Amino acid sequence: MSASMNYLDGNAAAGELSRIFAFEITAAQGRCAHCGATRHFAEAHVYMKCPGIVARCPICGHILLRLVNAGKRLFVDMSGTTCFVIDTSDFQESSG
Amino acid sequence: MWRIAKVVGLHDETPTARTLALAVRDWPGHVAGQHVDVRLTAPDGYSAARSYSIASAPSLDGRIEITVERLPNGEVSPYLTQEVMVGDELELRGPIGGWFVWQRDQTEPIQLLAGGSGIVPLMAMLRSRSSTGNVAPFRLLYSVREPRAVFYRDELRALSSQGDSVVITYAYTRVIPKDWPRPAGRIDAELVGNSTWLPDLRPTTYVCGPTSFVEHATDLLISAGHDRKRIRTERFGATGERK
Repeated sequence: MSASMNYLDGNAAAGELSRIFAFEITAAQGRCAHCGATRHFAEAHVYMKCPGIVARCPICGHILLRLVNAGKRLFVDMSGTTCFVIDTSDFQESSG
Repeated sequence: MWRIAKVVGLHDETPTARTLALAVRDWPGHVAGQHVDVRLTAPDGYSAARSYSIASAPSLDGRIEITVERLPNGEVSPYLTQEVMVGDELELRGPIGGWFVWQRDQTEPIQLLAGGSGIVPLMAMLRSRSSTGNVAPFRLLYSVREPRAVFYRDELRALSSQGDSVVITYAYTRVIPKDWPRPAGRIDAELVGNSTWLPDLRPTTYVCGPTSFVEHATDLLISAGHDRKRIRTERFGATGERK
């Protein structure tokens, strides 16, 4: 796999981020503070092989979110996302 | 929140992939396309977690299935595919994901594109469709290394033989069966054009596989005229390592 393909996407970070957010983050839309593009968090390019998790805008590459797990403290930097839009209407379809 | 999951069944899909049936304590149910994180902890406290898509249809019995491909030098997959036994307990977090999902009330045509073990969450969508009697037309383009690497072979054959509502096309990237019309190779514009829904039908498309597959498949779909907003993607890979 080439160096330029060493990212996953927001789906891969969702489990770790479920520790922090009460809503399902992959279905939320976030606006990039750099280019203004609004995309579902699932579409973000996510780098897992760093000291923590880095999510980047799939359009411009700017950092949307950083999460670093340092022992008993969790650092979350969301300065790269200006607004989250959370759809509260449907999700959580119950099974059966 | 980590839940306890007991292994209640094991089934080899291919020489390197195994399905684990899990009974999960207090499982809230899931939607097709979601995944779970599985965490293993060594006696010395070292732990490793990985994400695995749920393969089974939503059900009320507190059971799910995941299919795990063994990765060379993996930390978790060798254990799950070779060592784990029925009765063992694992830690599990989920269900996870709310965008790469197929809900049972969706009625539009569905296009699935799988690269290798990217078939797993798409299989959950096919199974969910079958289990609820949903008749939305589905097509699956399944890119796989070689015939013996195909997951769920018999079940897919049965699905595609039930009339025209599920159409499955295989694309072999390394080894083809005898007399197979298409040479081995990755999917291309011609194959996508011939085997997937026309953009005019406004299908919802789900693409899952390694990052290189997802990017390639998405580029082909957009070149063919599909609306990017109707394409949902999930990438996985050995880059998903974390502690």
